[in-house]
Amino acid sequence: MRLYAAVAAGGFRRYATYRAATAAGVFTNTVFGLIVAYTYLALWDERPALGGYDQAQAVTYVWLGQAMLAACSLLGGGFEDELVERIRSGDIAVDLYRPADLQLWWLAGDLGRAVFHLIGRGVVPMVCGALLFELALPTAPGVWLAFLCSVLLAFVVSFAIRYLVALSAFWLLDGAGVTQIASLAGMFFSGMLLPLNVFPGALGEVARALPWSALLQVPADVLLGKHTGFGLLGAYAFQAAWAVVLLGLGRLLQLAATRRVVVQGG
Amino acid sequence: MAAYRLIVGAWVRSTMAYRTSFALTLCANFAVTAFDFVAILLMFSHVDALGGFTLGEIAFLYGTTGTAFGLAELFFGPVQRLGSRVRDGTLDTLLVRPAPVLAQVAADRFALRRLGRITQGLLVLGYGLTVMEVDWDPVKVLLVPMMLLCGAAVFGSILVAGGAFQFFAQDASEVSNSFTYGGNTLLQYPPTVFAKELVRGVTFVLPLAFVNWLPALYVLDRENPIGLPSWLAFLPPFVAAACCALAGLAWRAGLRSYRSTGS
Amino acid sequence: MAGLDDDFILVDGVEKVFDVRKKTGFLRRERREVRAVDGISFSVARGEMVGYIGPNGAGKSTTIKMLTGILTPSGGRLRVAGIEPARERTRLARRIGVVFGQRTTLWWDLPLIDSYRLMHRMYRIPDARFRANLDRCVELLDLGGLLDVPVRQLSLGQRMRGDIAAALLHDPEVLYLDEPTIGLDVVSKAKVRGFLRDLNAESGTTVLLTTHDLQDIEQLCRRVMVIDHGRLMYDGALAGLHEVGESERTLVVDLARELPEVSVAGARVVRVEGPRQWLAFPASASAAPLVTELAASYPVVDLSVREPDIEAVIAQMYADRSAALG
Repeated sequence: MRLYAAVAAGGFRRYATYRAATAAGVFTNTVFGLIVAYTYLALWDERPALGGYDQAQAVTYVWLGQAMLAACSLLGGGFEDELVERIRSGDIAVDLYRPADLQLWWLAGDLGRAVFHLIGRGVVPMVCGALLFELALPTAPGVWLAFLCSVLLAFVVSFAIRYLVALSAFWLLDGAGVTQIASLAGMFFSGMLLPLNVFPGALGEVARALPWSALLQVPADVLLGKHTGFGLLGAYAFQAAWAVVLLGLGRLLQLAATRRVVVQGG
Repeated sequence: MAAYRLIVGAWVRSTMAYRTSFALTLCANFAVTAFDFVAILLMFSHVDALGGFTLGEIAFLYGTTGTAFGLAELFFGPVQRLGSRVRDGTLDTLLVRPAPVLAQVAADRFALRRLGRITQGLLVLGYGLTVMEVDWDPVKVLLVPMMLLCGAAVFGSILVAGGAFQFFAQDASEVSNSFTYGGNTLLQYPPTVFAKELVRGVTFVLPLAFVNWLPALYVLDRENPIGLPSWLAFLPPFVAAACCALAGLAWRAGLRSYRSTGS
Repeated sequence: MAGLDDDFILVDGVEKVFDVRKKTGFLRRERREVRAVDGISFSVARGEMVGYIGPNGAGKSTTIKMLTGILTPSGGRLRVAGIEPARERTRLARRIGVVFGQRTTLWWDLPLIDSYRLMHRMYRIPDARFRANLDRCVELLDLGGLLDVPVRQLSLGQRMRGDIAAALLHDPEVLYLDEPTIGLDVVSKAKVRGFLRDLNAESGTTVLLTTHDLQDIEQLCRRVMVIDHGRLMYDGALAGLHEVGESERTLVVDLARELPEVSVAGARVVRVEGPRQWLAFPASASAAPLVTELAASYPVVDLSVREPDIEAVIAQMYADRSAALG
């Protein structure tokens, strides 16, 4: 356990050193938050209470999306490129024989990165949003705590998806295609473009059931007070279920990959 | 210009050597850039107008800015990577060749896949032109290609100026992205959606409004939301020329600074 | 233009001053002036092959960058083939060739031949001359099988040879080589050196090369310039370095049996190992009187003289200079 805590701390520190990149990212998130917030205001102006949100909640959703964009790697990015590179170069064989668990090792590092990105790239855009618009932020500390739990689960689901994508490099020579499809799916189904509860009809129902909705839509609804009591437990259960299923799949894929590496001799 | 054509030609030939791979990246580029329009379509599944503009009219705005930005990105996109060229020192290798540095930087890794953005911009523009109701006259018809060309020049100037800024701040590529990609997103929606200060800012400070908003308001016979006269619709060629001149000066200043400081 | 051939490369009191900003606190920065090149003067005649050496950060690359027009000098006068580099960068570019050892001037993702075709058009090389030059480079630098390989897939040695060829296709009158053998294996180094020697001899190309590897200089250049802390410390024949460096030669003496340290005038024992003893004496002095004296007084079995290590000589020069600067 201590080992993984150290790995997570390492992930945090590593991204903390990219100061200029962090500042530039914050700037971009703020500019896009500003633009998108106005378009949502226009939409909710025409259709008040669309998707069960009022205007303030819709705008809060926008800024929350910008604040979580990097932390949840909604558009991809993070550890995958590095892992894919190790798989391509064969260095992965060394990792597989280490006394640490491969999946937990990368999960810990990615959680460290995500926590840094949540603080480093999330707080400032959120504050800008709150200064420029009227946001529907909760005042009760309990809601914030419930939100942070949901964010943590979102980090795990986000990792589990990208871990599967990265491991596909064991079987596919050109992993760029898979990465691209995954980032397209993430962009569309996470609710980054538009809240999933605004998606019409069957598309909306499917989108809300997919794992990507655990990344942004669920934490946002927790923060906006849409899930309370048993509903909150249900939301957690939804996220946790996807986390377990996807991590389990990752584990199976990892086993298959290990066998492959052993058979081929690296 | 000759050097630019040469380098671009080499990249196009090398891209075409792997046709399947090229087709895939082209489709991916098309899909990524089309998502913005999917979001607009989703919005219009709930409403008939946004900021007083119909789907057809917004498609017109979206198509003009998307195509203009796509053209600028096709021709000047690689300039955004200048910062990393300064950092790893490869800019020096361009300075010992007998060709303008800007042409060499802009032509480097010329990416034909960027036609994906242009294609989807043109498709959405075509859709907008067919469904929106406009009393066309020759002037309005001429304004459409002018928007694409002058818009591309304005976006291109921002890309070049953003590149020039990286002579001074090598990690600033994402900041100039905010102005180009952010500007493109902004112009996809009608100006009536945004706060008046923001509209003023992109009219008088960073003249993005001249890319499509001002000419489009004229084509659509609509009032300017900040009360500006409609003849501004005819200024884009002058604004574009001024932007190009300023970007050129910024580039020269950046290059001069690089050659005196070596970093 | 009588003097042009003698002063084909003319560097007269050239300076390059950088403003370096150093972070000293959370938002405080300290500005400091760094004189990377501090008043250097030299000239190189047409057809000469000159080595330019010095430790890291001595100002070698800065000088080369000023001579190619990449950097503008802060002061002094600079001419290459009669052209002021910083002012007429592109005109000069057609007449010089540049090879940076650490980064390629080739297009990274394109096949080697595509880079050459680009050079062909960009430098407006006449077709016949391009073909002749390319054929010659391909043959002498062994590039035959590599032309269709993308540059990023080439090994370091292959890439370096590819880079040298690229710098020569337009028949440059001056060739600058910045660390041309860095990171190369022994075979590649030999190939590159042989090619450069022939090029200089046959085409009369003026060559200025910076290097860390003194064997490059020993095998290629008659003249060497040493720079440190932005100043020229030595400019002359390679052999002359020994005298300037106050270096010593070594006389290795094999005696018939183990003996205490021998004693002769003008030399001192620096090492004893069984019957073998090492004697150091000034490089400028003759070994003959020493040998005579030794043979007369001791049972000498064998003798050999070792020339000073040039690397040690230069290290000694830097050390002296640093000590003088205190």
